[in-house]
Parts: sequence; structure tokens; C-alpha cells
Amino acid sequence: MTEPVIRVVGLGKSYETAAGLFPALRDVDLEIQPGDFIAVMGPSGSGKSTFMNLLGCLDTPTAGDYFLAGRNVAHMEKDALARLRNSTLGFVFQGFNLLPRMNLLDNVALPLVYGGTGKDERRVVARAVLAKVGLGRYGDSLPSRISGGQQQRVAIARALVNKPRVILADEPTGNLDSQTSQEIMALFRELNREGITIVLVTHEPDIAAHARRQVRFLDGQLVSDQATAAPPEPAAC
Amino acid sequence: MLKAMLSEAWMAMGANRLRTALTMLGMVIGVGAVVIMMAIGQGAQYAVQQTISTMGSNLFIVLSGSFTAAGVRSGTAGGPTLTVADSEAVAELDGVVNVAPTHQGRRQLVFGSQNWSANVVGTTPPYLEARAWTIASGAAFGDSDVRSATRVALLGKTTAQNLFGDEDPVGKTMRIQQNPFIVIGVLGSKGQNLDGNDQDDTVIIPLSTAQRKVFGTPFLGSVRMIMIQAESAEAMPRVMESTTALLRQRHRLREGMPDDFYMRNLSAAAESEAETTRTMSILLGAIASISLLVGGIGIMNIMLVSVTERTREIGIRMAIGAREQDILMQFLLEAVMISLAGCLLGLLLGIGSALLVNAITSMVIVISGSSVLVAFGVAAAVGIFFGYYPAQKAARLDPIEALRYQ
Repeated sequence: MTEPVIRVVGLGKSYETAAGLFPALRDVDLEIQPGDFIAVMGPSGSGKSTFMNLLGCLDTPTAGDYFLAGRNVAHMEKDALARLRNSTLGFVFQGFNLLPRMNLLDNVALPLVYGGTGKDERRVVARAVLAKVGLGRYGDSLPSRISGGQQQRVAIARALVNKPRVILADEPTGNLDSQTSQEIMALFRELNREGITIVLVTHEPDIAAHARRQVRFLDGQLVSDQATAAPPEPAAC
Repeated sequence: MLKAMLSEAWMAMGANRLRTALTMLGMVIGVGAVVIMMAIGQGAQYAVQQTISTMGSNLFIVLSGSFTAAGVRSGTAGGPTLTVADSEAVAELDGVVNVAPTHQGRRQLVFGSQNWSANVVGTTPPYLEARAWTIASGAAFGDSDVRSATRVALLGKTTAQNLFGDEDPVGKTMRIQQNPFIVIGVLGSKGQNLDGNDQDDTVIIPLSTAQRKVFGTPFLGSVRMIMIQAESAEAMPRVMESTTALLRQRHRLREGMPDDFYMRNLSAAAESEAETTRTMSILLGAIASISLLVGGIGIMNIMLVSVTERTREIGIRMAIGAREQDILMQFLLEAVMISLAGCLLGLLLGIGSALLVNAITSMVIVISGSSVLVAFGVAAAVGIFFGYYPAQKAARLDPIEALRYQ
């Protein structure tokens, strides 16, 4: 068995509130192997958003350790976390979150800007990734000119452009109709087949069914962890 | 990276053009005001300096004292208390560069059918150097002309034009009070002095000739005025003091007796005039700077609004790997670009209106490279100073909060 790309040990996060310390997440242990496709489920307030923020290095835990690609990131500085987000993680949001003033190519290339890639190389790489998600011809368009499903594809291209180890998708189909949702999930599965680890937050069981593995949160704790009944074909790596 | 950030800042500026333009307008007006005010102030300073340099520098004069005859008091320089010998003695003093005894008055000049009244100055060659006169054509007279009282004259530009028109006066003979004088040279132009008098409306002739043929003198060898040039502004007080002491000694004045001459510092008036314009120029600049400050506050205000509006964008950028300093730089760059662009337009506005003022009025306008540099520097500083707080506010945002912002 290879080294897990994500390993959390005793992970916890508490918030200071007027009523005292509120534990949003308690004592979570989880390992995610490279090439895995995992759906994180649970009702609102179950702690799954807090968990995703921690996995995404947007927040730091108050307890436990988080090993991302072998490195403990639980106590890293802000700038180091930013670098890690840039190089190792890709984000896909429910609301697409493209920058409205930039054309699609520049949107896709934005992580490369922060990664320090030169201008010419940025354009080449971004064009290739945009073509990969099937929008190669739309590079010069603004996000407002294309449909929601296409915008989400662009967002996925942006998440892919730095060749991340893990893609974190937070309700990526929440704003899409079921037909488009299936197309987006098909794209995720294709990416997963190519070896990218995907962590997907959703509360729709038929979306979660695309994953190989489903974990469920309740009241800040990991309550179940099981393989999907009819798992898709295994990853290439 | 910087190039990408510059183009992003440019795009952000273009996203809300009216707002950017209005924000810029504050800087445009501020910089424009500073440039035009500095141009006017420096122009005034330049004009005064120009006048001072034509007057000659570090000059003072000694006038002979007054006398009283039958109850009638003569006024300054009425009495024959100063002599040419006095001036020769003063010339020996330490720190004295030029000494010129002079006698001047207004006389009618005649050449052919033309006549003209001009200021006639009888003096010695050092006078030309002390008053910074140049010779435009011909030559100056020398000490031998003064010794032998030759009838030669140097004409100022205005006098030459009025008397000779387009003719070349050098070598021609004109008359001053029936006495023929050969014009041996024409003086370079100096323009008007601080009182507005035309300095070029003058004729310079040897002192001895002036006293014998033009003005006449009750006592031979006496002189009404001696012009003295000190080697430097610092040496002025010392030279004036030693001159006073020397003259008192030569005139055999005992302790307690009043001076029988008057001393005037010509440069002091000019210096104070220069000081006044300097102060005015600083004052103008200071007042104009206030509008620059207001422009800067406008930038800060708009940047704060912009940071709030773009909270979500900041969140996205942080999620995909922007560090605090990347966000800080982005907003700072935007503020600096707005202020620099405003500065550029302000410079054009300022220079344009300065040229307009110059064209409409006859006011002297000086736009120096340093004032342009200062305006640019200040604009960049204003952009950084007033852009820093909003930019820092953006950089310190919590990415989770920012992403959740609607």
C-alpha cells in the first residue's frame, strides 16, 4: 500500500463563542489514498464544511495533525499554506467562483500567476487544460457569456492547471440541473481515472454514488466510512 | 508576475471607468494645482533673480553729504564732500572689487534731426564691471579716456534705437548739450530694474568729461557718488564698515561728529525682494499641496469601497494560492497606478494652464524638471500612503469568510 495523500489524526476544530468553546469537529481520523474518489456527506452543521476548510488548508486545526502528501501542515504559517494550496490542491466551488472581469483563459491561468510561471508558458498550459474540459474555443470569452455547466468546467480547468495531487470540490453540482450535474460528475470520474484524488462534498446520494467511497459526518464526528455499492472502475495508478 | 499584476490593476481600473476617472480627478486637480503654483512661484523668483543679476551684485553706494546755505538745505549729494581721491583710497580696501565714482543726470541728446532725453552717467571703467554691463558692439572707454577727458560715449540699447533708429551708431558723432561726442560702443540689453525703470535708456561717458562738459562742477575733483562692489555678499558688512572708517578718517571727522556722507546698500532691497518671492512660492506650493492631500483621501476612500466589493474575489484568489503580500501588492499597485495616471494628467493640465497663463498675461512661468519630478514622487507617495491601509485590509481577510461573502 502506498503512502496516503491525505492522513488526518485526531483532527479537531473548536471555535470561541459567547457561550464558550464550541467544538465544530472532534477527533477525526481518516486516510485517503492516491487516486481515491471520496464523497463527504452529512447534514448542515455536521462539521463537513469545517473539515473541508481544514483539508483545503484554508484553516488550521485546534487539535490533531493533518499530513498532506506526507507533510504535517497543522502548524504551518499562512504563506506556506498559500503555497501548498497553490501547488498541491485544486478547488471547485458550488458557485463556480470565476473572476467575472477576466476571460476564461486568464481565469484558468490565475493559479499559475501565483505559482510564478512565465507568461508564455501560462498561456500554453491554460489553453491545453481548457481544451481538456472541452472549452478550448472559448478562451477569450468572459464567464458571463457561457452557461453554468460550462463555467463549472472552467473552474475545474482552473483547479487542474497546477497539476494538483488532490481536488477538493464543495457541492460542485449544487447550482446545476441534473443533466449538467451528470456531465460534471462524468468529468470528475474521468479525472479520477487519470489518477487525481478527489474529495467531494455533497448531500445528494446520487451524486455521492459517483465516488468510490463515502464518509458521513454528524455533530462534528465521522460516523460512517464505506465503499460505494457499485463502485466505478478502478483508477489507473 | 509584476507584469501580470500590472495588467490586472489596469483591468480593475477599467472595470468601473467613471469611478476611476472621478478618483483620478482628485489627483489631477491636486497635481495640476501644485505644478501651476510652483510654475508661477518659480517664475516670480526667476524674474527677480534676473533683475538682480542685471543690476550687478553686492553693490553699495556712498553719496556726498548735504550742505546748508542761507537756510536752504541741499538734500543728499548736494555738498562736495566726496572726492575722486576718496574713491581711489576706497579701492585699496580689502574685499573691494570695483570702485567707480559717478555723476549722473538727465540730458538732451541730439543726432542729425533726432533728439532724445536720456540718463547720462559720467564714470570710470570699473563701473561697467560693477553693474554687469556688456558691450554689444564697438568697445568700452579706458582709463586714459578718463584722464584726458575725451568726448566718447557708450549708448544703451533704448537710447541708441531712439536716436539712431536702424543705423549703426558706432563711429557716429552726436551731441550732448552742444558738445560733440563720438559713439564708441553700444551696451548689451539689461531690461528694467525692480522699480520698472528702463536700464537701457542710458549713456555712459568718462567722469572727467561729464564733469567738465556736461554737468559742470563747483569744486574740481569732487564727486557726488561712489559706487562700490564687494567681493561677496558675506564681505558686504565688513567692506561697508571699513569704507565708513576710511572716509571718516580722510574727512577728519572726530568721534561724535556725524558722517558727511550717506551710504546705501543696493543689494539689500533686491535680496528682500527675492526673499519675498521665495516665501510666496513656498506658500503657493503649500496651499496647492492641500488639494493633493484631498485627492489622496479620495483614493483611499474608493480603495476601501473596492476592497469590500471584491471580498469574494479576494477569497477566491487566496484559495488558489495568493499569499498576503500578493493581495497587498495587487491593491497597492492599483492605488499607485490611479495616482500616477492622475499625476500624469495633472502634469499636462498644470503645464497646459501655465502656458496659457504665460500666453494671456506677461507673467514669467518657469516649469522646472525638478518640480515635475517632485510632483511624480509625491503622487507615488500619496498612492502608497493612502493605498496601503485598504490593501492591508484586503490582505488580512480570512479566506473562509471572504469566500462566504455575498
